[in-house]
Amino acid sequence: MPGLGVTFGRGAATSFQQDLANSDCVLIMGSNMAEAHPVGFRFPMKAREKGGTLIHVDPHFSRTSAMCNLYVPIRAGTDIAFLGGVIRYVIENERWFKEYVLHYTNAATLVGAKFRDTEEDNFRGLFDGYKESSHHYEAGTKAWHYQGEPGSNRTNTPASIGAESWSERLANMDNPTPPSDPTLQHPRCVFQILKKHYSRYTPEKVAEICGCSPDAVIQVAETLCQNSGPERTSAIVYAVGWTQHTIGVQIIRAAGILQGLLGNMGRPGGGIMAMRGHASIQGSTDIPTLYNLLPGYIPQPATVRRHETLKDYLEQEKVENGVWAKFPTYMISLLKAWYGEAATKQNGFGFNWLPKIDDNYSQLPYVHKMAQGEVTGYFILGQNPAGGNPNARLARKALRELDWLVMMDWFETETASYWYKDPDGIDPKKVKTEIFFFPAAIVAEKEGSFTNTQRLVQWHDKALDPPDDCRSDSWFVYQLGVRLKALYAGSRAARDQGLLNLTWDYGRDGAATLPDGSNSRIEGEPDVSKVLREINGYHVDSREQLTGYDELKADGSTACGCWIYSGVFPSKDFNHARSRERTAGNYVDPKWAWAWPKNIRMLYNRASADPEGKPWSERKKYVWWDEEKGAWTGSDTPDFPTSKKPSYRPTSHSHGMEAIAGDAPFILKPDGRIWLFAPAGVKDGPLPAHYEPFESPVGNLLYRQQSDPAVKEYPSKLNRLSRPADPHFPIVATTYRLTEHYLSGPMSRFNSWLNELQPEMFAELSPELAAEKGIANGDWITVWNERTAIDVRALVTPRIRPLFVEGRQLHQICVPFHWGYAGERVGAIANDLTSLLTDPNVSMHEAKAFVCNIRKGKHSKRRVIAPLPFQPWRNQSEIPDTPPAAQPEGHALRPDDAPKLESRPESNARTGAPAHRRP
Amino acid sequence: MLTFFKSAEAPAPQPATGFFTDTTLCIGCKACEVACKQWNQLPADGFDWAATSYDNTHCLSGSTWRHVAFVEQMPAANLNGGHSTSGAGSPGDLASNGSGDYTAGAPYQGVTHLTDASASGAAGQVARWLMMSDVCKHCEQAPCEEACPTGAILYNEFHNVYVQQDICNGCGYCVSACPFGVLSRTESDGRAHKCTLCYDRQRDGLTPACAKACPTASIQFGPVDELRQRARRRVGELQGRGEQRAYLYGDQAAGEYSALNAFFLLTERPEAYNLPAAPRRPRASLGANYLFGALTGLALLAFSAWSAGKGNSGNQEAA
Repeated sequence: MPGLGVTFGRGAATSFQQDLANSDCVLIMGSNMAEAHPVGFRFPMKAREKGGTLIHVDPHFSRTSAMCNLYVPIRAGTDIAFLGGVIRYVIENERWFKEYVLHYTNAATLVGAKFRDTEEDNFRGLFDGYKESSHHYEAGTKAWHYQGEPGSNRTNTPASIGAESWSERLANMDNPTPPSDPTLQHPRCVFQILKKHYSRYTPEKVAEICGCSPDAVIQVAETLCQNSGPERTSAIVYAVGWTQHTIGVQIIRAAGILQGLLGNMGRPGGGIMAMRGHASIQGSTDIPTLYNLLPGYIPQPATVRRHETLKDYLEQEKVENGVWAKFPTYMISLLKAWYGEAATKQNGFGFNWLPKIDDNYSQLPYVHKMAQGEVTGYFILGQNPAGGNPNARLARKALRELDWLVMMDWFETETASYWYKDPDGIDPKKVKTEIFFFPAAIVAEKEGSFTNTQRLVQWHDKALDPPDDCRSDSWFVYQLGVRLKALYAGSRAARDQGLLNLTWDYGRDGAATLPDGSNSRIEGEPDVSKVLREINGYHVDSREQLTGYDELKADGSTACGCWIYSGVFPSKDFNHARSRERTAGNYVDPKWAWAWPKNIRMLYNRASADPEGKPWSERKKYVWWDEEKGAWTGSDTPDFPTSKKPSYRPTSHSHGMEAIAGDAPFILKPDGRIWLFAPAGVKDGPLPAHYEPFESPVGNLLYRQQSDPAVKEYPSKLNRLSRPADPHFPIVATTYRLTEHYLSGPMSRFNSWLNELQPEMFAELSPELAAEKGIANGDWITVWNERTAIDVRALVTPRIRPLFVEGRQLHQICVPFHWGYAGERVGAIANDLTSLLTDPNVSMHEAKAFVCNIRKGKHSKRRVIAPLPFQPWRNQSEIPDTPPAAQPEGHALRPDDAPKLESRPESNARTGAPAHRRP
Repeated sequence: MLTFFKSAEAPAPQPATGFFTDTTLCIGCKACEVACKQWNQLPADGFDWAATSYDNTHCLSGSTWRHVAFVEQMPAANLNGGHSTSGAGSPGDLASNGSGDYTAGAPYQGVTHLTDASASGAAGQVARWLMMSDVCKHCEQAPCEEACPTGAILYNEFHNVYVQQDICNGCGYCVSACPFGVLSRTESDGRAHKCTLCYDRQRDGLTPACAKACPTASIQFGPVDELRQRARRRVGELQGRGEQRAYLYGDQAAGEYSALNAFFLLTERPEAYNLPAAPRRPRASLGANYLFGALTGLALLAFSAWSAGKGNSGNQEAA
């Protein structure tokens, strides 16, 4: 999440959901929190009950909107315009938190003289350094750096690679105290640049772009201002409604700028909550399934940068100041954890066994490559690209080009059955792919950890064995490793040495037992607590566990699988993630599980105290400087060197953590401050500017540049894109989630109890649009665009309103994306309509804003999707060893035609865990 | 032989328990519906997309014991190029939700919909999407219990209305007696089923499944006396903050109907949620009905006697 990472230092939600109950105002934007995170939504509800204000700004009036005090409908994809309007209001009306902004942000820092903003050249909408021919900002020519810095990095990653080096991302700074103007009057200080940049985002202009009223912009801005300052705090909540845009990173940057100006970061009731869309998605970026990062956000070595040896790599990726200055200790400890005794000083701790990247292998470009026939085989565990990917039709075509596919899931999902159930009517005989389907264990059938949206690592135990051949993902991966190591044993080939030297000692020491004391039936299940012990790290000699990443060394004497997780398993027999101890009188509950880093629940919490270290107010007290003890203290672990005095000042020659001043709470940034202006780390500009979605029915009303200048297209027959203001497709569409289903449905559409709640694919549209097209509520309609056409039911509701954009009426429709052709209930795939294109920063698509048209009636050409004979998920089963009279009442109500179930000791009727899962 | 017919000793009575469902906290997630079906192993009712907001289970039934109602009350759309005439009514049956400037810290009374407001600066109108999790009311004097001819419906030790499945003969009298439409017979076994208030869970000291699953404490479970006090405090609190529409439905007896042990905090008149404003209790008019029936019978008897006598005399005259 570079949006948050670049602005504050870490790519993660800055606070915890429980803390939202302390907010005086919560702005929910790009998130349908009440529906997608209903359990976490209890905390905003608590804030509302305490008199706080909830605001929802969203194209779709959802259950979240209904719970809020204020709702503003906007056109999908115009979030930066709206936030820009709020930023302008805060600046123009002098409502920013002065002392906070002066000390904790880079507002006063001077930017180099060569910098050119979007306003210049007759509102061209481009910053300096843009290369027209290759559609990107070139590292060597752009001048976004602070004054006095060289401006060029040690590395220069080509535009085709999504992965930057650290020195590129963090703007390695020679001078930790860059020139600044505390009066904020200098024309090149960040504050003045910001003020000028957003000066044209007036309420009227914003309203014209977003389709809301000018008054709405003012009301939202005023409410936020009234609820920010020393005594009050506001929080911002977002989710994939912000990330799934070609400008997603910049939307989040805009939110960061706003929270910085209002002084809401690192304070109770403040912060930016990034609501993650999936269980443990945070965990899978921390210990990543990404191609460009190693665990703990360490950059993947690349052939395109000078990474021949470990020494070169460490030199190239060096960051002088802040927490990242100790980067070599993190990297070498990681290599020691992976390669154990084989990692020696002589062989660079096995650095050259790591694969190096030479291209963008992010998922979406990869699908594009696959569709061109450039990929042979694919492993898919717990993902459903055939229904969930943007442009799912293209994803299915890509899968058909594979020689082999290994699928692991609970059910035969769209991705497992694409070869014979594709609604495009693909002939199974012509699909060459050989598919291996492995049935997976569900969460209660395995142990392990989740890292949730607030970086909380929570361990869960195994309740029962999985049925039949179902196995846990860790069993699968561990066994695959064991078999591959055996297959390559004895090989002398250089490329095999990494695999052969990999430590793989996760086998169980004794038999695994179940909670009832009996032995597990499953053979070969790894001991995942050993994995977490290795992630935590240990001293190589004594094998004693590390207690935190401050103990890491760069000489090979420590091993650590992920430096930010160090401390989660601080002694051999204490798994902190498994702890469930409550702390009376402290809502932070520091003994309930463990949060990275260092069990800090609220990041950057040094900012909850003023520059002198005193709480900003009694009401918003959290972490402060205790002069007597000479230490930082409070209700959470301080996110700051414990004994660093508030009055400490670095010199221009300071290095490492020495370079961070006692009043600089953002210790991962080289200057310790919020980057209102990002001198590095974002590829499409140091400040967010309003660009239209790639597919948009209107032109850009602020700049000559229509959409994000660095977006990457993937043209193909199945992936056609509409050009701006295409008269054939005047309607804006956005996708969203319902409470009743999960993602593209591979977990929920096989469950009758959920299917009856939302049984059919539909689209929500306004009564006005329905009247215009002659559509009645409940009718079948066709929704089509350049990619394809789908048949859905029409849910006509006044919750959806036409908007007034550019002075004319504009319609939006909202489509849930939960349906597909596998499962108990089937329906059209919303993602067949979305397109594959990627934003410049994180290779993200734009499923949240695209164009389409609709008409009454079904589209005849496509194959009718009818589910094959389906054996329903048996969620009603007898409780073993229980007389009929004591069985649950519904047991007698099973439909007569339901297959009789044999009593299975391992199935648990109470939890609804199925006896069989495969059809 | 006699011991075979001897009934077991009744469990010792416990304080009456029930539900307090606070609709102002409901987020419409339907976790209660699913938790209920899962715990009680109830089948799905079929897949009938109804195009009625997000409600696809329609009503309470023999196999749906919790049901979340969705009521959309949206201000009318305004198509005058972004300039509204203020005070436009809503299409809902409770149109006058008011409008005006939203002020920070004001109580929650629905969401201020900031769309196409007039250029003169008036703020948006208040929109509401009401959600209510409906359930068996566990009436203090339940018509279903009064109507049941076999004694299958009884009050258990928690004073919850409970249908004994091994005694129910499927006559269906309770179905027509319930003024809330809670009971119905299922096709698979022909018997009447409804919420047991998780009798099995209560006996083990557990909270009923729906209340346990509710993420926002919209469904609260406990001793009814305590719930009523809590609910009245809550209404006072809401009204004190300016939500004048908040009231309790069924917390005390009214008219011919008893208090409900599962009662609701509503902010709209009952009919909006498909609840009867004045539920009828058939037993209440039973005496009058019997009297009327008896009198009618007597009148008919008298009439037939009279007409028979008249006929006889006529015949005699003819003869």
